[in-house]
Amino acid sequence: MTARGAQGNEVVGPLGPTYPAISFETRMDSVEFRVHERPHIVVDDTICRDCSVRGCITACPANLFIPTSDGGILFNYEQCFECGTCYLVCNEEGAISWSYPEGGHGVVFHSS
Amino acid sequence: MTETTEFDAVVVGAGPAGAAAAFELARAGRSVALVERGPFPGSKNMYGGVVYGRILDTLIPRWWEEMPVQRWVTRRQTMLMTGHQALTIDYRTDTWGRPPYNGATAYRPDFDSWLADKAVQQGATLLCSTTVTGLLVEGGRTVGVRTDRPDGDLRAGVVIAADGVNSFLAKEAGLYGEVSADNYTVGVKETIALPREVIDERFAVRGDHGVDIEIIGCTGEVPGGGFLYTNADTVAVGLVLSLPALAAGGSRPEELLAALKAHPAVAPLVEGGEVKEYSAHVIPEAGYDMMPELVGDGLLVAGDAAAMCLAAGVWLEGVNFAIGSGAAAGRAAHAALRSGDTTAAGLAGYRTRLESSFVLADHRKLREAPHLVMGDLAQRQLPGLACDVAEAVFQVTNPDPKPGLVRIARKQIARHGLKLPTVARETIRALRAYG
Ligand SMILES: Cc1cc2nc3c(=O)[nH]c(=O)nc-3n(C[C@H](O)[C@H](O)[C@H](O)COP(=O)(O)OP(=O)(O)OC[C@H]3O[C@@H](n4cnc5c(N)ncnc54)[C@H](O)[C@@H]3O)c2cc1C
Ligand code: SF4
Ligand code: SF4
Repeated sequence: MTARGAQGNEVVGPLGPTYPAISFETRMDSVEFRVHERPHIVVDDTICRDCSVRGCITACPANLFIPTSDGGILFNYEQCFECGTCYLVCNEEGAISWSYPEGGHGVVFHSS
Repeated sequence: MTETTEFDAVVVGAGPAGAAAAFELARAGRSVALVERGPFPGSKNMYGGVVYGRILDTLIPRWWEEMPVQRWVTRRQTMLMTGHQALTIDYRTDTWGRPPYNGATAYRPDFDSWLADKAVQQGATLLCSTTVTGLLVEGGRTVGVRTDRPDGDLRAGVVIAADGVNSFLAKEAGLYGEVSADNYTVGVKETIALPREVIDERFAVRGDHGVDIEIIGCTGEVPGGGFLYTNADTVAVGLVLSLPALAAGGSRPEELLAALKAHPAVAPLVEGGEVKEYSAHVIPEAGYDMMPELVGDGLLVAGDAAAMCLAAGVWLEGVNFAIGSGAAAGRAAHAALRSGDTTAAGLAGYRTRLESSFVLADHRKLREAPHLVMGDLAQRQLPGLACDVAEAVFQVTNPDPKPGLVRIARKQIARHGLKLPTVARETIRALRAYG
């Protein structure tokens, strides 16, 4: 299948360019997040340094796990779907502390 | 000391399972709290989405007159796809566009709010913006829940965990065995705004009629499937993707979704529309084989919390299974409260009720189906084989004579690296799984 990165360039299908791809930022801007000051997910990236799989990076639909050049993980909880994918794919005990945000906070869907 | 409030039952999660449970308890005259962590029911929930409302007949007569519907599904398609081909089975009937209907597209924030409101009308107490943080346990039995509210814990004779796919309550109670990513998929979806007339035109429907398309072969190297549904003035297009394969690297969800939207069979349906909302949610994919214990002392588990979503290729049904199991949990809890025995033994009627209804009957019958759908043959070989056979049948080869159907089938099966006995065996396996 032919489609290039979702970072703003044109998506090219077999019939040629079809529509402009939206940037990941625009995609996430379509979602409402009522951010609470307490992070509901905390990543201990000293543990990530020993992880060879690093499945969270490709699997997190919100793209919140950013690999750093020194082998760590940069994580920010604010635009999280609260889906659970990350703790399910993470195979290193203790790397992810996962909980739901305080009541009334976090993601709010309207047309899904 | 925190203050505690006492109810006959506390239901955690105002999704379809929780709302149905609270509805049945309140209808039976029980005091029941329906606790939801989102600011309103449905605010945390996304799905494909079609609601198959037949199960609502037992709760809300003529529900179709008031349910918040986007479109009634009168056209169902299954599409087998390769990078450049698509073979579609297309069924339509206007009968499904008239009472008592079959399936309807709906937004979950609308649908879940409506159903929770029905429970409130029966007398349930809805507590939104309240996250349950754990179970209250005394002497090994569940006696209520802790919440993040300053005004404290909620005590109850029975707790119903309808807290969705991640169910931390069922896990805390030890009802789940080992939890493996293999049993889960993640769904991602774009809700794309398009004018109503454009949708009517592109999908060849009129009025409040709509289309439901399930797609296989559109997820590259990652086992999974795709879907496309029409709402009144949006189109929902999304993918369901195996977690371990996604974690193995290669493609990100939104890249695979962009490729689906660019496919020649899909692009003309969605192009020009603006993304109104992006969303993601996890699905318990493995059905019967991943279900937890359904009953504990003072505790019942319903809906996705008990892995009751049916994900079997042509069927992706979770809302109706959630309502069916939630209503059964509500009735079983009421019966146990009446008999004065809310231990696991007193609540055992829940499982019996589910076994005699579609919830466990379908799951047991279709036990193999999720594995088959996510298997190599369905994922890697079937779409290409079916498309190539279709192409060979419909392509005119003049001046060569037509090859004949049997020869086409033989040739394509060989070309796809398959053997006739394998195909025969797998066909029988599939017929058994779906029998
Ligand atoms: C991509 C995708 C497509 C799907 N397509 C379809 C479809 O087309 N048709 C269909 O019928 N099904 C579909 N499903 C399945 C369906 O969405 C689920 O099976 C269904 O939502 C299950 O309902 P539930 O009530 O058990 O759980 P949920 O709908 O998940 O509800 C659980 C509720 O509990 C709340 N909650 C969780 N934890 C707590 C806590 N600690 N405290 C307070 N509240 C809490 C949540 O906020 C949520 O409101 C799809 C699912 C996905 C992900
Ligand atoms: S999978 Fe877990 S341990 Fe590995 S990088 Fe991701 S969060 Fe860290
Ligand atoms: S819960 Fe889902 S969206 Fe949030 S960080 Fe984990 S994988 Fe990403």
